[in-house]
Parts: sequence; structure tokens; C-alpha cells
Amino acid sequence: MIPEPVLRIEHLAKTFTLHTQGGVRLPVFTEISFTVSPGECVVLTGPSGSGKSTLLRSLYANYLPDAGRVSVRHRDSWVDMVSAEPRQVLAVRRETMGYVSQFLRVIPRVPTLDIVAEPLLAQGVAQDAATVRAKELLARLALPERLWSVPPATFSGGEQQRVNIARSFARSYPVLLLDEPTASLDATNRETVVSLIAEAREAGAAIVAICHDAPVRNAIATRLFDVTEFRAAA
Amino acid sequence: MTDPILAAEGVTKLYSSGRVGCRDVSFSLYQGEVLGIVGESGSGKTTLLNCLSAKLEPTAGTIRFATRTRGLTDIFGLSEPERRLLMRTDWGIVHQNPRDGLRMNISGGGNVGERLMAVGARHYGNIRAEALDWLSRVEIADNRVDDKPQSFSGGMQQRLQIARILVSKPRLVFMDEPTGGLDVSVQARLLDLLRGLVRSLGLAAVVVTHDLAVVRLLADRLMVMKDGEVVESGLTDQVLDDPHHPYTQLLVSAVLQV
Amino acid sequence: MSGNGVEKPAYNFAYLDEQTKRMIRRVLLKAVAIPGYQVPFGGREMPLPYGWGTGGIQVTAAILGRDDILKVIDQGADDTTNAVNIRRFFAVTADVATTEDTAEASIIQTRHRIPEEPLREDQILVYQVPIPEPLRKLEPREVECRKMHGYAEYGLMQVKLYEDIARFGDISVTYDYPVMTNGRYVTAPSPIPKFDNPKMHNMAALQLFGAGREKRIYAMPPYTAVKSLDFDDYPFRRQEWNEVCGLCGADDSFLDEVILDDQGGHMFVCSDSDYCGKRRAAGHVGPLAREAAEAGYGVKGHD
Repeated sequence: MIPEPVLRIEHLAKTFTLHTQGGVRLPVFTEISFTVSPGECVVLTGPSGSGKSTLLRSLYANYLPDAGRVSVRHRDSWVDMVSAEPRQVLAVRRETMGYVSQFLRVIPRVPTLDIVAEPLLAQGVAQDAATVRAKELLARLALPERLWSVPPATFSGGEQQRVNIARSFARSYPVLLLDEPTASLDATNRETVVSLIAEAREAGAAIVAICHDAPVRNAIATRLFDVTEFRAAA
Repeated sequence: MTDPILAAEGVTKLYSSGRVGCRDVSFSLYQGEVLGIVGESGSGKTTLLNCLSAKLEPTAGTIRFATRTRGLTDIFGLSEPERRLLMRTDWGIVHQNPRDGLRMNISGGGNVGERLMAVGARHYGNIRAEALDWLSRVEIADNRVDDKPQSFSGGMQQRLQIARILVSKPRLVFMDEPTGGLDVSVQARLLDLLRGLVRSLGLAAVVVTHDLAVVRLLADRLMVMKDGEVVESGLTDQVLDDPHHPYTQLLVSAVLQV
Repeated sequence: MSGNGVEKPAYNFAYLDEQTKRMIRRVLLKAVAIPGYQVPFGGREMPLPYGWGTGGIQVTAAILGRDDILKVIDQGADDTTNAVNIRRFFAVTADVATTEDTAEASIIQTRHRIPEEPLREDQILVYQVPIPEPLRKLEPREVECRKMHGYAEYGLMQVKLYEDIARFGDISVTYDYPVMTNGRYVTAPSPIPKFDNPKMHNMAALQLFGAGREKRIYAMPPYTAVKSLDFDDYPFRRQEWNEVCGLCGADDSFLDEVILDDQGGHMFVCSDSDYCGKRRAAGHVGPLAREAAEAGYGVKGHD
């Protein structure tokens, strides 16, 4: 018995218009509709360039679709990420929807531990408890302790990725969007991340992920969604 | 749904020569939000900021601020003493050049304490203690409290300006190119400080800048201006990562990647 | 016109023409109606330069009547050059009675002191003021100054006092110490020592202030509240001396230090010469009265 969806995507369409290149239009997808319920992990499939990343970013409101709705269950009501006010989108991102991208946007001078603890603090968790949880995750992801008090600007790709993951899994988001969560990680760390994702899924998170690595995909997915079926005509 | 703290409707500033300062700008700003206004020279962003901060009266449109006692009120409907009081207490303006926002011949402590004394603080010890507290929050060493800003570095002057404003616990802060003219490393420190203070104090802020890195870091939402008009607006990361308007796309693509 | 001599010039009573006096009286009425507020006035060219009391003289000239008794003091003394000149000026142009006795005078024009003897409701004190604007040194822009007075925005004045304490450990102003008049306007009391500030509060006499060069007049009606600015934890304090007046033994008056000889001998003497004289006439003898007499000092005021 699948519980009620917490994420509803309806008739989503996205086309890029590149004015700097003479107005060239790049259609990506059209009429995408699906739902995600707690405990599900939908992995988007399709070759490179088919719009998986674009779709994921559109769910997070990082990209703005041309049509359609992305409804998220936020605090007993529904918020449409496409049409919501910026402060509503930010509220959803703070409390309800987490996003793990391949790149860590680096804020100068903030140490790793604080970056990971921040979502907890924003939630109202006490500083001590937040720090403990942050350390837990960083240890689990095998990030060397000597790096915890250092800002991640000089870290390797894999190290930055682990900071990203720790930050997104520090609190339990009802909805999680994962863009290649295990890219740039070695086998051990990949295993750890797979466990984290599985734990989150078991705890009731609704997850949408992009994952090229077949074993990882198989380990986390409850369902696959092929984006190429929704290719938009040029 | 709560009221916005600042509501601009159709703000327009035209000059008698026919030049357009800004035209038909509307937005609502809520407590805790940081609005970035970006554009190149001549975009009208500074004119808009001056209208919003009551330095310039617009030709048309209204700007309403949520005063503590009367709710949303047209700022140009206030009397001059009321407006002056607002600018010393509930508002703060961080000028691009810190010399415009500081008294250069008064000590650092005096600069920070002035707003307190202006609203009736009369206990020297308390005033000094609060000044010292704020100086440490903006990372200025205690032993500089009696030094005049003339002897401070540019970054330090800018941080002193910020302390001077925040001491009166304003709810709305206007910033005009807050990192303009500072060395890159100094900019990073200042931006980080601003980011932290804005978050921890729950300030609403309007930040005008031509530097996209500044808005990326500080602003929740963005308005892009060109030739006096707002060509695109929305969530900061959305406007910068998925620009729709041709000018915005040009602006974003023109930024040098380091 | 006679052939062999210069005709003695004829002056209007108290030098100023009647229209000018009328103008000044109108200004005085405004000043009295708004205690502490500086009223601009059309100051006239006087037969002595700015900086010599032309403001005070014009105020006195406007209010002087034939039956008035005038006292003029400079730094508390009746016989300094300035006081002597001004007293002679009014004697020539108005032919009024003059006195050195504070209690006897109906109008007292003063530079830089308030007499020690308390004044009465039927007396008027006229101050000579160099800089009437208390904010001048802090805010050079005149428009901004006027707005600050108009909107009662006096934070900057308080900042100045803060700076003093931060720099010197205490408020360093010792004369022309700013006051709050009638709870509304910050006023410059003129360069009287801060010792005299408390006398201004609730004074029974009318206090008028004239600044000739800056062309401003202001006033404190009788029984006006006048409070010196300070901090709660750094309250206003008058000057104090460890000595008493060497001539009359007074311990409650403002004392001047006087050098007696080349060997550094000195003594402290009441600045208010009339007050000191009256005490000596009443039989008070100060600890250094004998030495002073031997040095040829203290017979008639300060030498």
C-alpha cells in the first residue's frame, strides 16, 4: 500500500532559448507527469543530454519550467515550486526538500563542520546537538578529522562531494533530490552513501535521483523513470 | 500571510531632461529577505535605491514601509522629523564609500554609540559596553574603540559603518555596492560577515551591486535592471542559473570564471 | 557750527535709534517666548569692534531706561578695561546711573561670569556671547544645525561629551558648558565657567543673551529650568578649590589665582570683586589679607 504522494509533477515542460546565440531554441522535455510517495526512490534514466539534470533542477526551482506544476507537500499544504514566491521556495528548501548536486557551492571562510551543521541550526536544533550530528556524518563518510575545521574550498572533488552529502543528510528531508550522489567517490564511500540513501528511504523520504552507476542504481531505486519518452520536439 | 516590510509600487523617477532614472518598479520585500538589484552603470539601480531609502522623491509610484506604530505607511507621507528618526533607528544605509556613512572625526566607539545617544541613551558605561560588543561582532579589535576611523583600513571602515547601523537594531538595511573598492580578500570577509549578520538578525535588506558574486552570496532574490527598467526578477539562483531575458543571459555569460 | 572747536555729537538715548530698539525688543519678546532658541536679529554697527561685547551692548541699549541703574562686569570685576569702557559708553550716551553694587543694579551686563550674589525678579542679566551656536564645532553645516535644533536631534552633543570621557576620563568642558533650556533647546551659556551653570537654573532674574558678530539673541525667562548636559554615570560637577579667598575667606565663590611676586607667591581671590568687597566690609578677613596688603594688593579690586 503506497502512501499518498508528497511530490506531484504535472505537465512539466522546459525549453531553453539562448539569446546570446542568436535566439537558438533548445527544447528539453514536455508533458512530464509523475508522483513520488514517501519510501519511494525514483531514478531518472536516459542518455546524457536527455534532460535528467534539467528535470531535477526544475523540481528544485533552480530552473524555471515553461509550463506545468511541481507540487510539494510542505507543512500540511501544497506549494507549487514553479509559481511560488521566492520566500516560499526558500522555506520549502529549508525544511522539506533537500538537493545534493555534484558541485559544492563554496562559501568563503565557513568551516566544513559549520556547513554541515547549518541546516540543523536553521531548523532550530541546538548548536551542540547539531555539531554532534555533523561530526557523526563526516566520520561515517570517512572525511579526515583534520579537515573538519577548514573551509572546503581547497578540498578534492571527492572530499567536497562528501561534505555535500553530509550536509544534505544531516537532517531528514521529506523529499530528497540527488544528482549523481556517488560520482567522484571510491568504492567504500559509495557503499556508505548507498546506506545513507537506503536509510533515508526506509525512514519515509521521497527520493528522486540521477545515477549512472548501475550497481548503485540497483541498490537504491524502487522505480525507474525514462526521461527520453518525454523528449520535446525541436 | 504577513505584511511585507517594504512595498514598492510603480516607482518611477524621471528627470526634466527626459532622462529616465527608473521606471515602474514594483516589489514586496518581507522580513528576513535579501533582495539584490543588479545592473551595469546607468541601469537605474542606484536611482532606485535612492528612492527606496527616501533620499530622492520619485516622480510617480509609492514606497510604503511597515512602521512600528502605523503599519504600512508611505515614506514620503511622513514628516521630515519622522523620516529622519526612521533613518536613525529602523533603517540602515551602508554606503559604498564608508566615509559617507561615518563621522571621521569621532572615535570608533563614538560612531557606534551615536545612534544610541540619539534616542536618549544617557549612561556612558552602558553605551561603551554596547559599542565594544558591536565592534567585536564586526571583528574590530577592542583596542581600536577610541581610535578615529581615519586611521582604519578601508575594510575596517566598512565594518565600522555596519556596526554603527546595526546597533539600533534596524529591520531594513540598504546597501550600495558594499564591497566596492575593497581588496578581494577583504571583500570575502565582509560578505561573509554580512551574510552571517543578516541571517542571525533576521534583517530585510536591499543590496545594489554590479557584482553577481555578491548577490549569489547575499541575496535570496534578484532584480535585473537595464535602462531604468526591471527586465527579470526571481529567486537568485534561478535567475543566475536559468536566465530568461536576453540581457540577463548576457550579464551572466559575461562574468569571468576564476 | 562754531569756528574754533568740534561740536559735541548728539546721540539718541543709549546710542541706538528708536526703530532699532523696537526691532531688538521684538526679537527679545520672541526669545523670551521660546527659551533657549536663537533668534536672528539685524545687528548694527557699533563704535567698537566685534568681540568686545557689541551684542550685549545692543541688548542693554534696547532695554535701558532713564531710571535704570547699570552695572557692567568683565570676568567678575567692575574695573577691567572692558567693563570700564562699556560703563562709560552708557554714561555718555544715556546719562544713566551706574554702580558696582550687584544688589543696587537693575541691569547687569556681564562678560564671562554670573555674580555670586543671587539676583532678584526686578533685575535683568545681559550676557555677552561670542559663539551662540552650541553645535558649531560638531556640525559645520548651518542648515543641518538648524534642523537639529528644530527637530531636537541632540545626539551629536551627547557624542561630544562621550568623546571627552573616552579621551580624558571625564567631561573636559570647563566653560561655555552646554545646557538644556526648558527641556527643549540646547543652549550655549556663553563662556561662563561651569561653576556658574547651576545659577542659571530657576534664576529669579530675566537672562538675556546677545551675540553681535553672529547676530543672534536668546533668552531665559525667570524661573526657567536650565540643566547642564551630562551622563547618568558621569553627572555634572562644578569646579572646586582647596583654598578659600585669600582676602575675604569665602569658600563658595569662583576663585581666580593671582601671582603676587617674582618668587611664585600666589593667592586665590574671589573673581567677583563686588562680592569680595562686601564680605570684607562686613568684617570677613581672609587668611592672606595681611600679606596681600603688604604687597599693595586688595585695596580696590584686582591690580
